[in-house]
Amino acid sequence: MTYFGILIGGLLVSNFIFARFLGICPFLGVSKKLETAAGMSMAVIFVITVASMITWLFNQFILVPLGLEFLMTVSFILVIASLVQFVEMVIMKVSPVLYQALGIYLPLITTNCAVLGAAILNVRSHYGFLEAVVAGFAAACGWSLAILLFAGIRERLELSDIPEVLKGFPIALISTGLMAMSFVGFQGLFQELLH
Amino acid sequence: MLYAVVSLAVTGLAFGALLAFAAQRFAVPVDPRVEAIKKELPNANCGGCGFASCGALAEAIAGGRAPVDGCGVGGSPVAQKIGEIMGIGVEDKEPQVARVKCLGGKAEAEELFTYEGIRDCRAASIPQIQGGFKACTYGCLGLGSCVRVCVFGAMSMGPNSLPVVDDTKCTACGKCVAECPRSIIELVGRSRKVHVCCQNKDKGAVARKLCKVACIACKRCEKACEYDAIKVENNLASIDYSKCTNCGACAAACPPKCIIDERPSEECEVAAS
Repeated sequence: MTYFGILIGGLLVSNFIFARFLGICPFLGVSKKLETAAGMSMAVIFVITVASMITWLFNQFILVPLGLEFLMTVSFILVIASLVQFVEMVIMKVSPVLYQALGIYLPLITTNCAVLGAAILNVRSHYGFLEAVVAGFAAACGWSLAILLFAGIRERLELSDIPEVLKGFPIALISTGLMAMSFVGFQGLFQELLH
Repeated sequence: MLYAVVSLAVTGLAFGALLAFAAQRFAVPVDPRVEAIKKELPNANCGGCGFASCGALAEAIAGGRAPVDGCGVGGSPVAQKIGEIMGIGVEDKEPQVARVKCLGGKAEAEELFTYEGIRDCRAASIPQIQGGFKACTYGCLGLGSCVRVCVFGAMSMGPNSLPVVDDTKCTACGKCVAECPRSIIELVGRSRKVHVCCQNKDKGAVARKLCKVACIACKRCEKACEYDAIKVENNLASIDYSKCTNCGACAAACPPKCIIDERPSEECEVAAS
């Protein structure tokens, strides 16, 4: 039941975009088309899930025993950046098709606050290993849900008659704000699960 | 403190070593020609060639899936260099530029109804709304789909809601040509100065009612041309650029003035006299 709570929490209640405001740059940058948004989503889900695993292990077996928790941010950035580089190399070798599909999006995530945010939140929430992985996966799925919905909206915005001053990012940010307001409706769901 | 510095340094080194090892272990053999071709390409990633990026085109050329002159933006010089890399000779092609072949703006062309829908030519030309709000079913809809698709900023909407091409910025990538639902835009050689700027294939009397600058198929341009370069077919004049000498006689003779002569004005006067 905890896992279910974590999943719903990541998807709806504390959605990375609409409640935590993490990963906004790629959210705005890659949401112009549904295809690119889908590619980015795949990459983000993959990276955040794997990063949650590695950072949890790193924290548990290196930082905590040495009493170096204050190095969390720096070392997690190091871990995540290396991890993404490594993953990129492996994918290039193992599956050129997937490499083509993910293309530029993989390296774009190396220093994404959403990935670092997920890792740090896992530590702050005192999750166990499995819980951390599920939480990372849920957060990434929440991010993907947000960007896919938003890409659909943006494709329509592209063809709408928008005042000149609002074209591009302004209207995108306003739309995001409106979506965030609607997602506030999920606040308070599963309160007893999410403590 | 020392602990922190040492542990971070060690971690960094460990990851660096791991990556270095992985880079060798998972090295993918890359065709060196791909990199060489990619260096020659403009790397603007405009998509004019039909591939997703300059990198994709470079791979396609190296793999023989695309012609060496596949990049329209780079034009002849780039094609030559890529030809050298691939060991293939390339014919010299004249640099091209996009030309909008319709003059029927708001002032000249009749409109059937007021269009309030999506501001996009493709949306406005669907059959459900008679294929457009213009009385002329061949002419420019003026909603700027071509302007939006141009990644080089070479197109803008003129005061008469007709697109205007900035020759200095146009790279002849062909994206606007593909985007225009009415196929009004064409790529022409940069040395070409005389163009028939009308697409209307209706009979003369009908065309004249729809638009003040429509080709009425009167054949006066045919008679005026000494080089047999302009022909009226399907009620529309068209220039065979291989025969045209830019003399401008057809433009001078055209009653509705749908043939434009882009040469500097003093040259035109010589032609008219």
